[in-house]
Amino acid sequence: MSRHVVIVGAGPAGLGAAAGALRAGADVTLVDASEQPGGQYHRMLPDAFAAADPGRLHHGWQGFERLRDHVLRHPRCDWWPESTVWSIERHDEGTPAVHVLRGEADAAGRERRVLQPDALVLAPGAHDRVLPFPGWELPGVYTAGAAQALAKGERLVVGDPVLIAGSGPFLLPVAASLIEAGATVLEVLEANPAATVARGWARRPWELASQAGKAGELAEYAGLLARHRVPYRTGRAVIEARGDGRVEEAVTARLRPDWSVVPGTERTVPVDALCVTHGFSPQLELPVAAGCALARTPGGAFTEVDTDQCTTAPGVYAAGEITGIGGAPAARTEGLLAGWIAGGGDPGAREAGALRRRRDQARAFAARLAAAHPIGAAWPGWLRDETVVCRCEETTYGSLCRAAGDEASGSARAVKLGTRAGLGPCQARVCGPTAAELLSGKVPGANPHHRPIAQPIRLGELASPPTENTPDPDQKESAR
Amino acid sequence: MSARLVPAAGDASGRRPDVPLRITVDGEPVDGAAGQTIAGVLLASGRRTWRSGPSGAPRGVFCGIGACFDCLVTVNGVRDVRACRRRAHDGDAVATQSRGGDAR
Amino acid sequence: MTRIVVLGAGMVGAACARELALAGFAVTVVDRSGPAAGTTAHGEGNVLVSDKGPGPELELAKLSRELWPAILDGDPNADAAEWDPKGGIVVATTAEGAGALTEFAEGQRKAGVTAEEMDVAALAAAEPHLTRDVAKAVRYPEDAQVQPTGAATALLAAAVRAGAELRTGCEALGAVRRGGRITGVRTSAGTIEGDAVVNAAGPWSGEVAKRLGVRLDVRPRRGEVLVTAPMPPTVFHKVYDADYVGAVGSAAEDLQASAVVEATRGGTILLGSSRRRVGFDDRLRPEVLSVIAAKALRLFPMLAGVPVIRAYGGFRPFVPDHLPVIGADPGLDGLWHATGHEGAGIGLSAGTAAVLRDLMLGREPAIDADPFRADRPAVQSEGENL
Repeated sequence: MSRHVVIVGAGPAGLGAAAGALRAGADVTLVDASEQPGGQYHRMLPDAFAAADPGRLHHGWQGFERLRDHVLRHPRCDWWPESTVWSIERHDEGTPAVHVLRGEADAAGRERRVLQPDALVLAPGAHDRVLPFPGWELPGVYTAGAAQALAKGERLVVGDPVLIAGSGPFLLPVAASLIEAGATVLEVLEANPAATVARGWARRPWELASQAGKAGELAEYAGLLARHRVPYRTGRAVIEARGDGRVEEAVTARLRPDWSVVPGTERTVPVDALCVTHGFSPQLELPVAAGCALARTPGGAFTEVDTDQCTTAPGVYAAGEITGIGGAPAARTEGLLAGWIAGGGDPGAREAGALRRRRDQARAFAARLAAAHPIGAAWPGWLRDETVVCRCEETTYGSLCRAAGDEASGSARAVKLGTRAGLGPCQARVCGPTAAELLSGKVPGANPHHRPIAQPIRLGELASPPTENTPDPDQKESAR
Repeated sequence: MSARLVPAAGDASGRRPDVPLRITVDGEPVDGAAGQTIAGVLLASGRRTWRSGPSGAPRGVFCGIGACFDCLVTVNGVRDVRACRRRAHDGDAVATQSRGGDAR
Repeated sequence: MTRIVVLGAGMVGAACARELALAGFAVTVVDRSGPAAGTTAHGEGNVLVSDKGPGPELELAKLSRELWPAILDGDPNADAAEWDPKGGIVVATTAEGAGALTEFAEGQRKAGVTAEEMDVAALAAAEPHLTRDVAKAVRYPEDAQVQPTGAATALLAAAVRAGAELRTGCEALGAVRRGGRITGVRTSAGTIEGDAVVNAAGPWSGEVAKRLGVRLDVRPRRGEVLVTAPMPPTVFHKVYDADYVGAVGSAAEDLQASAVVEATRGGTILLGSSRRRVGFDDRLRPEVLSVIAAKALRLFPMLAGVPVIRAYGGFRPFVPDHLPVIGADPGLDGLWHATGHEGAGIGLSAGTAAVLRDLMLGREPAIDADPFRADRPAVQSEGENL
């Protein structure tokens, strides 16, 4: 009997993993919370839009379509859309079990299923990391990813005019999407100074050649900005959002290389919407629940993997942004390799070697981007005592600092329970890395990615027993 | 100008003319197009805010991809549905929600 | 001045440190991680009299219930402790359970606990969302709740104000002995000298005892709690089904679960709880969580649509005879124990600290402390020390 590989996430990494595992001869169950594959990068339009030419909104659409159709139409692939992994159950030995809810997003009465694979590939991706600033909780302040998802995924412009600010190469495609959708983009602000950005990009220029696709994509966005006379300013950031019940204006300021504000350079810009990103946070709750060790890097924690994408947990592989922010091409290559190995493919096969080389090149390119767009250590200087850090529980910067400074409450868990930072519905997805950074060196750390309930499950769903799996593994369940 | 749906006519994606649907928000009818999320319908109708934080401060969409839980609404009586992840269906009764009575 | 080393900065260690520092001892609190980071941070914060039948534990519970308001009164951090004398309601959903509950409540009344019978109308008024399928309900107005880490850190801060020193990230490794007495503790951060040592290491106190060269049969027992999304007020008391009493008193290794439902100040609802003997295995089991959910829904069917956003599990210090250990170690002079409270340590910490202080001062404690002696067979037996 062939190996059964469960893949969580159907973005570039997960689709790659499915293709790799299928090629190795495995049976694949591909699980994703969305109705469509593609993840955030190739977020598809809904079927109801019946779009004739969806590729016009995307880079690399043809390649995506080929991969998607190959995987979803494959006789050994079972595609589970609208399927949410809420728990991963570790056994004493062997590959962990995957607990899934099948049904419409956040519905009541979704079907509980349990998958017990021979190998598990985790490819859940990442979401924007946004550093707090005064007023960031006002309606009309969005993550850049929100603006991108709404524009690409359902043709909605979040506002007009829009200011885009933060750090990283992702600012460019978001600006491009908003311009394409007809919004006026006032300016794009990169917090890092031009010198830092240029130094990151210019380092080891020979690496660029192998990543011509990705570099070309970014150059294209830059061209689009220039054509629409949208200024791209470096060394400048949004340090405050203001408005009465909604964002009405953004305060921008010049930053020093450490992201401290240059006094007197503040400027007030009227906006309808403000889109912000400072990088990405990998979604690490599933690897943590699966027992995978994390690697601490200057850019944050990621899932530790070896050269074949194996994690430290038995039978568990990881690919894509949870192993390091690398973008779609790196993710797809990692997925192909992870899937091949997870599916029982020969690690010594020639293709595996080629995949490792391609992955390493893509990773090197990602490292270059990370070096060009670091987070400056002085950003907490933007914060005021009353600035909200935890959006869910409205924990302020001042109360966090006071709790951290109090000797008797000095453990991360005590600070969390005392201030409620990270205890709300998002379970520290948004404020976790920020609170950990603000408290680092002050209190013994906790793991901000520990979320044994990986997604909310309604009590009625939890109380009902899981549906038994179909006895015949060849009996595919997905209706296509 | 504010949040809006890109008009189907002239949309580069070549999508078909919108198939209309109607939902209610706290009893008030709101028109949208099939395929939009509830967040999309609300934003395109000029709403930005439909939840209040613990202090009563207004909230709407923030992350747009289901990570931040800022956009929670009650749909057909079921609380805590992420509006950015749920497709709108014709006839959906959406209610805004708060923690109400929270001591904090 | 007599120097006392308290091992453990959880709820019990914090309460003991506070009482001992206020009594004039030079106290050093030692914890291998941080304050209130272990069992204390993974519990519900029960201050209960309702779940204990007549006997020494109930006496300790009554003493504790009396002391808590006085301890927090005027404390600058009292707000963080979220003291809430909300009262408990115990419900039986079967005729058999109703009979047992009637008898249990009667015994408690004789022991001085306020246990009020509730009729259907009173129950519906007190808990409008509770199932109507209730055979019997008893209200315990003395039951209360605290936010456990807030309470522990408030008491630790009070200890520090009274002169105690707090040393975190410092793990006890062994005893320093002189002439058959303990005169200090070897730790990962050097030796800390003391004229007396208090073992308040909760589920790890068996291991700590072993390191200090003595025997104490305290074992971990796992408990899990579900946390819902924040909601408008829905549950107003600590509501639990009458099975809870049976589960607390049981020693079974396999899963015991009974429904305990209550709201927190943050708007979330806590749903407990399970009891399993699995050593220090910290994995959450979906099927255990499922059982907790099913039992809670029997009490509050209208919660079926409410999302669970978090679950946490902790280890409780379990002693085979279900009584805390408060007193001098029989084999090593100068060593004292304050542990073994299983799931009741938050509530019982107040009385435990007062009793320990009196014993260490050679005074008569407010209640008979004999049943808690560390030389009793239940804690000195040959059971495995995990």
